[in-house]
Amino acid sequence: MNDIAFYLFGAFAIGASLLVIAQRNPIYSVLLLIGSFGALSGLYVLLDAPFVAVIQIIVYAGAIMVLFLFVVMLLNAPHEDTDYDARVHPLLRPGPMRFGAFLALVFAIELWWALARGRDTGAFPGGSVTSVSAIGKSLFTDYAFPFEVTSILILVAMVGAVVLARRDHPDRRERGGA
Amino acid sequence: MVTLNHYLILSAILFAIGTAGVFVRRNLITILLSIEIMLNAVNLTFVAFGRALGSADGQIIVFFVMTVAAAEAAVGLAIVISLFRHRESLNPDSFASLKW
Repeated sequence: MNDIAFYLFGAFAIGASLLVIAQRNPIYSVLLLIGSFGALSGLYVLLDAPFVAVIQIIVYAGAIMVLFLFVVMLLNAPHEDTDYDARVHPLLRPGPMRFGAFLALVFAIELWWALARGRDTGAFPGGSVTSVSAIGKSLFTDYAFPFEVTSILILVAMVGAVVLARRDHPDRRERGGA
Repeated sequence: MVTLNHYLILSAILFAIGTAGVFVRRNLITILLSIEIMLNAVNLTFVAFGRALGSADGQIIVFFVMTVAAAEAAVGLAIVISLFRHRESLNPDSFASLKW
């Protein structure tokens, strides 16, 4: 039962991710990525990590992807392709794109080979941490310092996003300078 | 029987898809989405290893990765918006002023 679920979720995640990078319209890409995140969330449940699964749905699919979708619809520029892009498939183009696709292929084959040759890891052991209280206790004791640093990171990101996306008024620029 | 190796191979495939997306797509938003795919592949590895080692550390690192992903998305999309205001384009090839 768990094996079937793993292959089902895994196939869905891979298929949706492939379609994300195959789409020309970013709106479809964002929606497909939400589907991929849903499948990953199912995999987290199979790995006895229900809290991570819920956070994946709420934070990733719910907040971050909505931010992406918001920007895609705000810019309203779904088709950026030139005639050349429409004529030649991305994988068949010369230069860095072909190199990048080749690099990804080599990477996948290499990792597959390394994992296939490695010793069999066997089934997962019995003991696993699933309770939210255990995770929270660890987060606020052992990982207290990274947790606080994370809050500074979010503050910096917030200020940075506001500064970057702000529109400069011409009169304000004259008065304030730069 | 699904083992740790299965999860690692799935994660490797997802990471490779993300890498290919960054190189293949010519759209800044799709490139950011490919980075999200890569981050999620790494998250899957962390949770799988945490499960195999029987500790909560793997799940906690995932929260930090998600925070970094959220910050990256916020700043990255702000940069995309301000670039779009300058050039009316999302194609990275049109931002070549610094190219020598």
